[in-house]
Order: sequence, then structure tokens, then C-alpha cells
Amino acid sequence: MFRNQYDTDVTTWSPAGRLHQVEYAMEAVKQGSAAIGLRSKTHVVLAAVNKASSELSSHQKKLFKIDNHIGIAMAGLTADGRVLSRYMRSECINHKFVYESPLPVGRLVVQVADKAQVCTQRSWKRPYGVGLLVAGLDETGPHLYQNCPSGNYFEFHAFAIGSRSQAAKTYLERKFESFMDCSKEELVRHALHAVKESLQEEELSSANCGVAIVGVGEPFVILDSKTLQAYIESLEGAKDDQATKIEVEEERNPAVIERQDVSGGGGVGVGAEGEGPSDMET
Amino acid sequence: MSMVFAPRMAEAAPSSHAGASWSPYDNNGGTCVAIAGADYCVIAADTRMSTGFSILTRDYSKIHQITEKCVLASSGFQADVRSLQKNLDARHQIYQHQHNKQMSCPAMAQLLSNTLYYKRFFPYYAFNVLGGLDNEGKGCVYTYDAVGSYERSGYSSQGSGQTLIMPVLDNQLKSASPLVLPPRESSTPLTENEAVDLIKDTFASAAERDIYTGDGVEIVIINKDGIRRETMPLKRD
Repeated sequence: MFRNQYDTDVTTWSPAGRLHQVEYAMEAVKQGSAAIGLRSKTHVVLAAVNKASSELSSHQKKLFKIDNHIGIAMAGLTADGRVLSRYMRSECINHKFVYESPLPVGRLVVQVADKAQVCTQRSWKRPYGVGLLVAGLDETGPHLYQNCPSGNYFEFHAFAIGSRSQAAKTYLERKFESFMDCSKEELVRHALHAVKESLQEEELSSANCGVAIVGVGEPFVILDSKTLQAYIESLEGAKDDQATKIEVEEERNPAVIERQDVSGGGGVGVGAEGEGPSDMET
Repeated sequence: MSMVFAPRMAEAAPSSHAGASWSPYDNNGGTCVAIAGADYCVIAADTRMSTGFSILTRDYSKIHQITEKCVLASSGFQADVRSLQKNLDARHQIYQHQHNKQMSCPAMAQLLSNTLYYKRFFPYYAFNVLGGLDNEGKGCVYTYDAVGSYERSGYSSQGSGQTLIMPVLDNQLKSASPLVLPPRESSTPLTENEAVDLIKDTFASAAERDIYTGDGVEIVIINKDGIRRETMPLKRD
């Protein structure tokens, strides 16, 4: 992305037919710390990497409850995300007041997308610099959507946004077909694996990630650090199964061996997990 | 609930001048009572909904749980009551989003008062009794008029059977006057089961003489273990 003379205003097209300001806004999302979402037939799980700007400060809040049946994870300018989540909460409350039923997720996502689009077509505004992963449950089942600063929205089985999200996305692409039939615990473990991909040098702990779940009969809840730590520890337990599976895959896909090392600690014993995943740099 | 095909006037009695007029209000009758204890609160309301001299339904709940530890019972015009309940629910959701916790009962009491006074010049026709546990886990009862004037006390009743029930509660619960010094606690020294039995007796008595009270009584008991419900049938005449 390079500076050019058509990128000062959001209301100026470039000769190539692009709105650079909108693209720069999407770049802001890519710079934020990662957020991951995945769903099964009954649950949707959101996970976020919590980056603290220094050891002294607290972590950024990236997981927000919108209503009992909807929650979001954000990446990018979290201040913009807070404003959007206030809007989403207000819309859910108003809908429930008027119709006495929960706002369907897809409708809320469209409303947010329309709100974002407005900012791409007013000279006195700027686009929101935050990407949202919206997880929710309605009559048609569990859903996961992404909202972009451009005003676009997409539905996903699983997705990741933010910095180093590609590593997480690769893991998700490999595994997503098995998600639909996963239990809640398996789904959370998959999410934590995906987070680990994005946290390449660091060790996964309840201090640097957050997880939230919504499911059939289960309102949206952000896991507290104790429950989260228990899930993280159960990852170690499942390592043995992972190791054998990964060895098989390594034979089939020799080109992907490096990545396998990152995700599984490969054929290395379970105990190595404590030293943190590979030395691979992005 | 039966369908009323011919719209009836709220005032069945003849007016002193020619020409009936339309009223935005109706009184659906009913009585609400609450008693606060040292570590519990009992809130009860009859389940009859009426209009004029007719019964609309024998099985309508006037009790609404707003928070984990706070329950609202309202008699009066049930359409306004329902609207008020929804309003408070929405406000409570906003509070939870902003403060990350549930509203305490005293906070909800103040919110209800403000909500009622907000419509001072077109009031909610609702006679409310709010009951629950306060921040220290003690039972609290707040009683209101239609425009939000409220007071915390050890027990209260509102609605069509209020004048029949209140003297009985006064007699049984011996609440000290607020003018007495040294000041006495506002909650009453009954056990939870004694309070529930007293409520049942008072409703049975009120149902004898108040035509708008009867069919059944719904009793909600809040204590540190949570909320439980009981129902008791009343005379259906």
C-alpha cells in the first residue's frame, strides 16, 4: 500500500476504481491483535488474543456481549468497536421491546454493515477502523459473521481476523469440516489451537487470550480465567491424539511439515508443550 | 383470556351528564402484597384479571422478576403494568451492559420511582410493590403510588384488596412507627414459612369480601438460595 493523490478523502475514487481510505481502514483491522471464530451445529465459539500495551497495563477488552444470544470479537480500533457494540446492544434491546423476541443475528449484522457503509460515503466521516466477528444464535441456528469497515459482511463456518490471522486461518481451513459435529469442548479446543497459531512465540495462557461461547440453550458467556485455564490445560492432554494425527498428515503433505511443527509440537513429546511452540518466525 | 367483541366503557356506572367519554385507562383489579424478613422476602398477588364486573381470566400473573433478587408485583391497569415491566427490563439490560452486574434492589426501587414520575402527566395506572433482597441480603419491600412516590417498609399491600389486607398486616407484624426513638429496624421478625402462611390467610380473607380478588394467589419467595414459587387456589366467586 503506497501513498497516492487519491487517498486523502474517503469520497474520492482512485482511477483504478478504489476507495483507498476504506482499504486503509481494513488495514487497521489487520494490524489489530487476532480474533477467531468458529461454529458447530449447536455452538459458536469466539476467541481473541489479548495484547497488553505494557506489562503494567491491563489487557484490551475484545470480547463483548451484545445480548443473551449474540456476542462479538473485534480486531482493530477497539474504541470504534465499543461504539458499534453500544449500537448493537441498543438495537437488540429495542427489537426485544417491540417484538418480544431476540433480534435475528443476520438482521443485526446487516444493520451494522449499513451503518459502516454510511461512513464510506460521507466526506465529513471516516470509516470505522474495526472488524467484528459476530457470533449468535437464532431460530435458524448458530451463525458466525464478519463485519468489515467497508460495509461488507460475510457468513463463515470459521474465520480469523487481525494480525497473524493467516496462521490461524490455515489451521481452521484444515479442520473446519469436522467442526459441525464437534462438541462444545472440542470446539473450544479448536479455537484455542487456532489462537496458539497466532501467538507463535508466546505460550498460551488465560492471561493472553479470551474465549466466549454461545450455543443452543446457553446464553452468550465470556469464559472466566479459571475455566479458560482448565481448557488450556486440557489441550495438553489432547496433545497425544494430535501428535499421532499430525504424523500421518506429515506423510501426506510433506510441503506443510513446518506448519505442522508449529501447531502440534509435531512428534515431540507432550512435555515440550510447556516450553512453547516452535521457533518459527512469521 | 376471553375475546371481548363489543368494546365496553371502563365506567359502567351512569355519568352525571349526557355523553359517555372514552378513558385510556381500565382497572383490571387484583391485589398485591409483600413482606420482608431478615433474610427473605415474600411477594404475592392474586391471579384474577377483571374488567368492570366481569372476569377476563382466572390465571394471570401480576408478578414479574426483573433481576436475580428483585421482583415487581403490580395491580391496576395491566396493559400499563406490562409496558412498565418491559421498560424496566430494557433499562436493566442497559445497566448490566454498562456496569457488568445486576442492579441491586434499592437501585431498582429508585429507577422505578423515576420511571413512574417521568410520566407524571399521563401516569402508568400501576400500583406497585417491589420486593427483594438488598445489598446486605436482608429482605426489602418498597411500596409505590401511581406517580412514583415510594417508601421502604417491612410489608405492604396494593390494589383492590389493599384496605382489607393492610390492617391485618399491621396487626400481625407490629411495625414500629418511624417516629419512635431509638429507631427500629424496618424488617419484621417472622420466619419465612410464617410469612407465607400469613400471606395465604390474608388473601383468603380478602377474597371473601373483595370481588376483584380471588381465583388463585401466586406467591414468590426470595432468599439467598434463589427464588421459588408457590400457588394456592382461592374462591372463584
